[in-house]
Amino acid sequence: MNSLKNALREIKRYPSAIIGFIIVMMLVALAIFAMIKIPYQEAIRLWRGGEEVWYMNPKNAPPVWYNWFSKDKLPESFVVKAGVDEGFTKVVTTKPDGSSTIDFEYNFTFDYDVFPPEVFLYFNTIFDQRQPFASVSMLTPDGTEIMIGDFGIPTKYTYRFSQDDRFITRINRIMGREMINPVEGIFAVPQSDPSVPLKGDYKLIIKGVTFEEGSDIDAEFVFHGRVAGWFGTDHNRRDLSVAMLWGAPIALAFGLLAALGTSLLSMIIAAIGAWHGGWLDELIQRITEINLVLPFLAILIMVGTFYSRSIWIILGVTIALSIFTGAIKTDRAIFLQVKESTYIEAARAYGANDFRIIFRYLIPRIIPLLIPTLVQAVPAYVFLEASLAVLGLGDPVLPTWGKVINDAETFGALYKGMYYWILQPAVLLMFTGLGFAMLGFALDRIFNPRLRGM
Amino acid sequence: MTSELSEKEVPKVESATSSSIKRIARFMGFRVIMLIVTIVIGVYATILIANMGGYVDTIMRNNIRETTIMEVAQLTANKAIAPEARQKMVQDMIDLEEKRLGLDTPFVIRSFNYLWNGLRLELGRAQYMVSDSGSRTVRLILLERLPATLLLMGSSQLILFFVSVFLALMLSRSYGSFWDKLVIALSPTSAAPPWFYGIFFILIFAAILKVLPFGGMVDSPPPDTTIGYALNVLKHLILPASSLIVAALFFSIYNWRTFFLIYSSEDYVEMAKAKGLNARDIERRYILRPTLPTIITNFALLLIGLWTGATITETVFLWPGLGRTIFRAIGYYDTAVIVGSTIIYAYLLAFTVFLLDFVYALVDPRVKVGGGNN
Repeated sequence: MNSLKNALREIKRYPSAIIGFIIVMMLVALAIFAMIKIPYQEAIRLWRGGEEVWYMNPKNAPPVWYNWFSKDKLPESFVVKAGVDEGFTKVVTTKPDGSSTIDFEYNFTFDYDVFPPEVFLYFNTIFDQRQPFASVSMLTPDGTEIMIGDFGIPTKYTYRFSQDDRFITRINRIMGREMINPVEGIFAVPQSDPSVPLKGDYKLIIKGVTFEEGSDIDAEFVFHGRVAGWFGTDHNRRDLSVAMLWGAPIALAFGLLAALGTSLLSMIIAAIGAWHGGWLDELIQRITEINLVLPFLAILIMVGTFYSRSIWIILGVTIALSIFTGAIKTDRAIFLQVKESTYIEAARAYGANDFRIIFRYLIPRIIPLLIPTLVQAVPAYVFLEASLAVLGLGDPVLPTWGKVINDAETFGALYKGMYYWILQPAVLLMFTGLGFAMLGFALDRIFNPRLRGM
Repeated sequence: MTSELSEKEVPKVESATSSSIKRIARFMGFRVIMLIVTIVIGVYATILIANMGGYVDTIMRNNIRETTIMEVAQLTANKAIAPEARQKMVQDMIDLEEKRLGLDTPFVIRSFNYLWNGLRLELGRAQYMVSDSGSRTVRLILLERLPATLLLMGSSQLILFFVSVFLALMLSRSYGSFWDKLVIALSPTSAAPPWFYGIFFILIFAAILKVLPFGGMVDSPPPDTTIGYALNVLKHLILPASSLIVAALFFSIYNWRTFFLIYSSEDYVEMAKAKGLNARDIERRYILRPTLPTIITNFALLLIGLWTGATITETVFLWPGLGRTIFRAIGYYDTAVIVGSTIIYAYLLAFTVFLLDFVYALVDPRVKVGGGNN
């Protein structure tokens, strides 16, 4: 207890230890936050769900904080659901014959310097025989109302503005030229070339008509901006926040479990070998030498390619291959020294059995030395997981930082200037590595008597 | 009297040398046997793993069946042919292909064949991979990639080693100075692997500044002149080599510095200082001399480490080295290439370990070959 207090007092003398500790704690907090905010099943659904889940997001959009640094403000993505989200009003007027008119209105401000790539409406309707009908228009800040389109609505219907020929014709007439991106025409000063954004308040108006009793329309307005969310999106329109948040618990779990498993197991095996001596000790030594010949990374890649890319299998193989390494030799050397201590002799004299001596007397002695090694080993395993992911051998299901880097690499994020895609997971990985390394380093200097004061 | 004495002494010396020769021979024999056993088991384990204990056979059989059925379907698409005849054709082709790949003998027998051939350094032929010159010989596939890996790993690891040992020696002299503290503060940066720094370097120097290439080893088409070619390769070498160096540099300096510090706080160093020897002499004779075995060991391990290449860094930088070849071989289930590379590494390692025992005895008078082993 006292020595622990002393150690804590020592730690305070190392600023790097404190910084490292704070980073590790922040990561733990992030991991807990991620698990509470997005439960596991939900995270998997968001990450693996397919177009149905991802349609709301634009492709390869940088995060919203991009706007803080760029001169031209990029439009932010948003999705609003009528009747659910504030400002998107839905007024139903029923007529005596069972038909009804449903009016939707949504006010939003557009004061960006760049035009959105795509805008669409997502309808859900209930009807028996006759499809409901809707006409959509947009009221621009200069008071003109641009007619966008009118159409009958099937049960599930996505109306993309830029794919409606009549809308394109109308926009081309307003702008006086062929528009490459028709949506641009809604948000531009008429007849301007190149398009100048018309900033101000816009109003989306949808006039719906249903023809049967019990028939209803639900609308969702999806505005694909040029920036989206706090972490941006990838080539699959996936919100990267899922991977950035969930990467933390996965990285921590992998790194900590691998470090803990490896160092504990090699310590126990070293203790048994040193205590038992003879052929067992010799066998352990020989296995360590054979293990030195085995190609570690190649075996992991083989397991990933031939057998399973599941992170837990990889974790198991990593631990199995890392037990019989240099650590076992270091531990053994210490145990051989401790073995000769008088208190061990005393324990033997009163008749303590092997098990008791190994686990109660030998192992506790080297725990202080184990802690720094353990903390220092964590970054290596965190990066190992990321390295395998970069080689395309990441876990097929889980969203991890390494897999995002792999996606970004595969789709040439660096060539195309989508730096956020690669930088965000890289910075998170770097923080994790640095946090544990700084803490472990300081702990090593505190607990390792050889390094004390150096 | 004197002659008698000398006569008496001579046989004594002789017996001493002969006993030490015997000791060395016994030790060497033991060591060689142990190393051979280690190699045999290590290589056999790799063969088993590279075949997933025979599981890869199943994968390959399925692959062959699938492709053969498709092939036959294409061949016989416009011909009237009886289903039995087609079936027979498929079976014949499958048998032929399995025979070509040696799948017709049971895996256990084949695994021992692999082992025996491998140990004699007959690395055999690759199943799918082809060298750039069109050969299937594993030896050629590996040799072709060796220069690229040696260039990248050799330049980076040698620079890393000598720079860090040299800087560490300087730092151990100025213990506690600003630079010393800086190196300690920066050493946690080595927690990240080289490819990680590689990504940042590509981002800065290739994507933003556009001064260095994203990857590869030479422009396409390559320059005509030899000098132009060399300069071009050098340009491509800068980023991958510096990421390999930067990733390990500070931790390496820190380690060596701490190591030298431990030795420079020995009593005999204090004694030498008290005697008033100059700093250079102290460094050379009292610090470097006893640390030489460790330095040599590290250097030797570094040299054989060159063989494995840097798989991920090579992948990130599209560097055509051995590491990437192994990675590709695994993708093709080409076990001959994987096992071949492991065997060479095992031999290199065993040979180095064996040699180091003697080097220790040469550079450190306190070490006796075969002594103190028990």
